[in-house]
Amino acid sequence: MADENAAGNPAGNPVARAGWREVAVRYGFIAITVALFVYFAGTEESFRQPSTLFSMLKFASVVAILGLGVTLTMVVGGLDLSVGAVAGMSVTISAMTMVIYAQVGGVAIALVLLAGALIGAVNALLIVVLKIPDLLATLASMFVVMGLKLVPVDGQSVSSGMTLRDGSLARGRFTPDFLAIDRAFLGPVPVPVVIVGVLAVATWFFLTRTRWGRLMYAVGANPEASRLAGVRVGRYRALAYVLCGVFAALGGLILASRIGQGDISAGNSLLLDAVAVALVGTSVLGLGKPNAWGTVLGAVLVGILITGLTIKGFPYYAQDIVKGLVLLLALLFSFTMSRRRSRYAPAAVI
Amino acid sequence: MATVSLQDVRHSFGDNVVLRGVSLDVDAGEVLALMGANGAGKSTLIKVLSGVHPLQSGTITIDGRPLVAAGPLDARAAGIETVHQRIDEGVVPGLTVAENLLFERIAQRELPLVGSLRSLLPAARSVAAGLGLDWPDDVLRRDVHELGIADQQLVLLARALSREPRLLVLDEPTSALSAAEAERLFTVVEALRAGGVAIIYVSHRIGEIERLADRIAVLRDGSVRSEQARPYDWPAAMHDMLGDRGARQLAERTEHRGTEVVLELRGVRLFTESPAFDLDLRAGEVTGVIGLLGAGKSELAHGIFGGQPFAVGSMRLDGTSYGPRSPAEAVAREVYLVPEDRAAQAMLPGWSIARTASLPFLRAVSPRGVLRSAQERADGRIVIERFDVVARAATQRVDALSGGNQQKVVVGRWLRGQPRVMVLDEPFRGVDIGARHDLSRRVRELAAGGSAALVLASDVDEVLEVADRVIVLVEGRPRLDAYTSTVTRDQIVSTMAEVA
Repeated sequence: MADENAAGNPAGNPVARAGWREVAVRYGFIAITVALFVYFAGTEESFRQPSTLFSMLKFASVVAILGLGVTLTMVVGGLDLSVGAVAGMSVTISAMTMVIYAQVGGVAIALVLLAGALIGAVNALLIVVLKIPDLLATLASMFVVMGLKLVPVDGQSVSSGMTLRDGSLARGRFTPDFLAIDRAFLGPVPVPVVIVGVLAVATWFFLTRTRWGRLMYAVGANPEASRLAGVRVGRYRALAYVLCGVFAALGGLILASRIGQGDISAGNSLLLDAVAVALVGTSVLGLGKPNAWGTVLGAVLVGILITGLTIKGFPYYAQDIVKGLVLLLALLFSFTMSRRRSRYAPAAVI
Repeated sequence: MATVSLQDVRHSFGDNVVLRGVSLDVDAGEVLALMGANGAGKSTLIKVLSGVHPLQSGTITIDGRPLVAAGPLDARAAGIETVHQRIDEGVVPGLTVAENLLFERIAQRELPLVGSLRSLLPAARSVAAGLGLDWPDDVLRRDVHELGIADQQLVLLARALSREPRLLVLDEPTSALSAAEAERLFTVVEALRAGGVAIIYVSHRIGEIERLADRIAVLRDGSVRSEQARPYDWPAAMHDMLGDRGARQLAERTEHRGTEVVLELRGVRLFTESPAFDLDLRAGEVTGVIGLLGAGKSELAHGIFGGQPFAVGSMRLDGTSYGPRSPAEAVAREVYLVPEDRAAQAMLPGWSIARTASLPFLRAVSPRGVLRSAQERADGRIVIERFDVVARAATQRVDALSGGNQQKVVVGRWLRGQPRVMVLDEPFRGVDIGARHDLSRRVRELAAGGSAALVLASDVDEVLEVADRVIVLVEGRPRLDAYTSTVTRDQIVSTMAEVA
């Protein structure tokens, strides 16, 4: 990954000469993350526990997975606003499958992932075939998905023992194997953290080491030049949205497993967090483009901050301020300090 | 005395010295043509003059007063107006033609920011009239992007002239203009000269310079190599400009005539109004298509390449039916295109030479889907070596290269094997003469190797340099189709002028 980027500086502007500014842009974010971590660990006893570290990463896992999905759509020059809604839908579908229809966890997982892919495919259809701009299409699908999930449950949260339409009681419950997604460990590591790790490696490999990832970056960098180089631009944009839908559904599965009931408001706040960490991710390594590690690091940084500040006694409502400031800092790195201005963020944010 | 005088102007980017002490004088009422190959420092000099780059060393005086330019506004206030080559850096999309004509005055609050468009029209009309443009109100009310690229440039020119500059810098002003539009520009330049404006005219085109310039200055490696007054000694100027490269450029070539028909066009219409025609492209020869802006060159190129399929007509490639609905389908049949607008249609911002070069045939460096970076860089180096690209490494950014070298990369990337049809739309635009000769030679080698090569351009000499066979396209219809040895330049030019 480093080879091309190291050489990516303009001619006559080698890294050695670029000075503190390039170094700050490239490593500033990581340095701040490490410094914050050291500060919290040094001042708070409880922060030093390995269990705190893992619960922090676990806390960040849902946002990280959704952020990875958003990253994929940003790579092709778009943005998916429906990720939070899809994650919320996944919670409801999981609950309906297990609680109302009393199916096993595996069925819920399969249905959720299928639904995620389906929403992704619909987004792709709207954007690629019907030529609706990405933001607007996914804004619409976000609303539709948020509303659609309420229909079969009459706008009610789903929980065991609730009264159904026909007057009977819901017989099923979240199965232990499904609940284990969020609660089980692999050695000392919580399963959601393992899932994020695997997804991050897979996304990084896909984006930077495979033909398809490269072509997705090409489509994002200049769709017309890509088309005229023989790239089937529509396919790669569609692929990004379908994958994003699946990622959002996967994030929703972890969320459902964490909540343990069909909370209808679940996922509502995730969109902004996911987009924010993906944007933070474009600046984390100074790459100036969406990338898998940056997004995950962005989610981890937000996780560290929020966990640390919570332990320090900051009120919960300060969290959004902190997230906003982190995003602002990232944008400063991307736009104000970097000579290579980010090409992705502005188009995506307008 | 000189109106504008540059003394020992130096400029560097980091340790990359671009201007090594340029001294030039331009008198009021004089057109100085500035020539230089790409990388000679022309663009940097223009940006220093226009205040884009602050003056680092040396002095610039205007009417005896030193220019202290901290930015473009200072240069403008001192009476220097510049029309840059890149039109999209000048016009403001989303605004009307009228607002664009008056843009600086609006930006400077000389005109109201908010107001009815109608109230702007008289002022806009008078700005347009400064260039002899008699545009009706409905044109002035249009979004500027609805104009053709040539008209957009005229907007920029008219805007610059409305400031009544002391020095007007024109950077390749005709590169997007048709002959008639260029002629209109020449008339304006001559009128300005008569009006006492000093003009620096940057161009690659000898014909224009011969016509317009009172003096020429040749820039090479960041300093002025020579200055000439009329009559010009062009071979000497070429030599000063190109150095040793010029020596090998003018080798006589032999005309090749292909026999095997590769691509047949039948009943093709380029525009809904234009007549249908047939055309055969043969392997072993370079077919040159000359046409003015709007003659249908790009329509022809994109029809063949599937970028924008022909509405009417059919094609056969090597005897079998061929009707690409997308570039990908054309590429699968080994029909390739180098598009007209390099920045918008071929370049990926920030991408390296190796990545840009591998894009069309990414499969070759990613068997089973996984990219092989080492092989990709090696392939990039092959393009660099085969096309004499001036670059340090295949990992260098393409957009940091000069125009000629960029073009070599985007041409070279298609030539891994022997294509059936290679279409090059305005391949010499923004390309210095040395690179142009290199590219011409490659295209001729390509045809000699068995491909059908199609070169489309609006410049007669550019086409004649590379083509065996020449077709003049006028308003969507091929008017002249002959081997170059059988026609004269005058015949070609008069054919082009028949309708215009």
